[in-house]
Amino acid sequence: MRIDKDLVAAVATPLVLAILAEGRSYGYAILARVRELSGGELEWSDGMLYPLLHRLQALGLLAAEWGSSPEGRRRKYYAITEAGRRELAEQRSQWAAVTQTLDRLWERGGPAPLLGGT
Amino acid sequence: MAGAALEARIAEWRGYVDRARTIEPAEAEELETHLRDRVDELRAAGLDDDEAFLVAVKRLGAIDAISREFARTNSARLWKQLVAAPAPAERGGGAGGLRSALLIGLAAAAVLQLIRVLSIATSTRKLDTQLFGLPADPTWLLRNAGMIPVAAVAAWLLVRRRPGLRIVLATAIPFGLVALAVNLMPSQLLLSGDGIGAQTLVLTALHAPIACWLFVGLAYTATGWRDTGRRMDLVRFTGEGLVYYVLIALGGQLLFGLTVAILMPLAPGVVTPLLEWGVLSLAVIAFPFAAWLVELKQSVIENIAPVLARTFTPLFAIVTVASAAVYLVLGATQPFNRELMIVFDAILVLALALVLYNLSARTEGRATRFFDIAGLVAVVGALGLDAFVLVDLVGRIGEHGWTPNRVAAAGLNVLLFAVLAVAAVLSALQLAGRRPVAALERWLMGTLPAYSLWAAFVAIGLPLLFASG
Repeated sequence: MRIDKDLVAAVATPLVLAILAEGRSYGYAILARVRELSGGELEWSDGMLYPLLHRLQALGLLAAEWGSSPEGRRRKYYAITEAGRRELAEQRSQWAAVTQTLDRLWERGGPAPLLGGT
Repeated sequence: MAGAALEARIAEWRGYVDRARTIEPAEAEELETHLRDRVDELRAAGLDDDEAFLVAVKRLGAIDAISREFARTNSARLWKQLVAAPAPAERGGGAGGLRSALLIGLAAAAVLQLIRVLSIATSTRKLDTQLFGLPADPTWLLRNAGMIPVAAVAAWLLVRRRPGLRIVLATAIPFGLVALAVNLMPSQLLLSGDGIGAQTLVLTALHAPIACWLFVGLAYTATGWRDTGRRMDLVRFTGEGLVYYVLIALGGQLLFGLTVAILMPLAPGVVTPLLEWGVLSLAVIAFPFAAWLVELKQSVIENIAPVLARTFTPLFAIVTVASAAVYLVLGATQPFNRELMIVFDAILVLALALVLYNLSARTEGRATRFFDIAGLVAVVGALGLDAFVLVDLVGRIGEHGWTPNRVAAAGLNVLLFAVLAVAAVLSALQLAGRRPVAALERWLMGTLPAYSLWAAFVAIGLPLLFASG
């Protein structure tokens, strides 16, 4: 199953914020974490993560600093800010409302997913 | 370590990324580190150098798409989008935009010429001319000269963008009301009084177009008028348009000078009509034309407003700080000339423009920090300088009395002072890392309509106020 492009775009911000809420990280590791958490179902082209990170940084939701990797490469590390945590809490409650609404509908026996389909 | 062939391919890839001009060097480096991490992982999984490189590049995604996304993220670099591959939807349509710009420009020039002719007719032959029920009189030209080009730009934006009926009406109706108010104002109000009244005509002529720029902003930002990013785009559009207009005007002056030099010996009488019919009309047409140039984005002199801002910010900082020091040392021993207020308004406007365009060109990096600091110093210097004058003048209001000119100059000064003072605080907090740049942006963009509203008050409110008072 591939998740729809628009849905991926919508979930990208809370996803990145939530991963960084676990601790400071960098682009490559964030993508690895997304793949690990979603079992590979939620993926976007690697390069698109960076414009998003920079946008969140410009909004003050993330702070960034340059460091170096064990191999001696210059690497940019991102950490969530207080504003980022507030935004994450806000996004979280919004997502909870969305999923709750859908769950209620689907539990009442709406159209069931086609098992075995793609 | 990676082999030489792999290094060469990565270098080639990096060269390609660097050519995508919306991606800053620091961002390209971040992408390269990512690419290398991925290549390492794939090689560890057993792929050879070539395979690993190809897969890693493929996973990173198309550079075009990434560079477009960066351009959208940091809209400061929107200018450069034209160099990066344009998105399919943005291609084409340039020529059509030019045609509508020229047609609207011609129509605006025709209206202005009609007004001019009527204006002259009434002043020389004392004709009691009426047009659309409005009394025409000698002040007509001056009342409308500024608003007509602004109307042309707004009209062209609406034609070009087709933002929907609601935006069109929200732009056209209030614009019409302001124009009507300016034109319906009885001439006695604008001209009466012992010389002071004549000033309100000039004030109205100067401020009406600034008031109407609000509607250009609405036509430009359309449904995104509340959005800080869209407002920043409007500021860029305005600045870049102004730069284009000045360049066109310089070229036009040269052409006019040459034409006069050629024709003078043969027909000396031709200069005045050439100036009145030709130059005035072209000066109006150049407005929508400049707007079209900005929108086309195929700018030869790309990114010029921010470049100018960066060039002059450090110099301006030196000048203001040095001047403030001179004032401080010599003291305000002599009373300030009250007309000096206009000079200080100009200084504050310049400081605001530098802050705005520095902000619009902002990228990450150490150079930016230098310009941020220089900008802050410039603003603080300008504010300090202005405070001298403001304190001095406020202390002597009674002595001078209020005239429309002084109210206009002092009001603008107070407005700019307030905006810049808050901007300076936000800028300092940002440099200290306590507030994001976005906070400064939000403040400056949020206060944008205030200038037009103040201008509307000066253009329409002051003549009424001073007529009754």
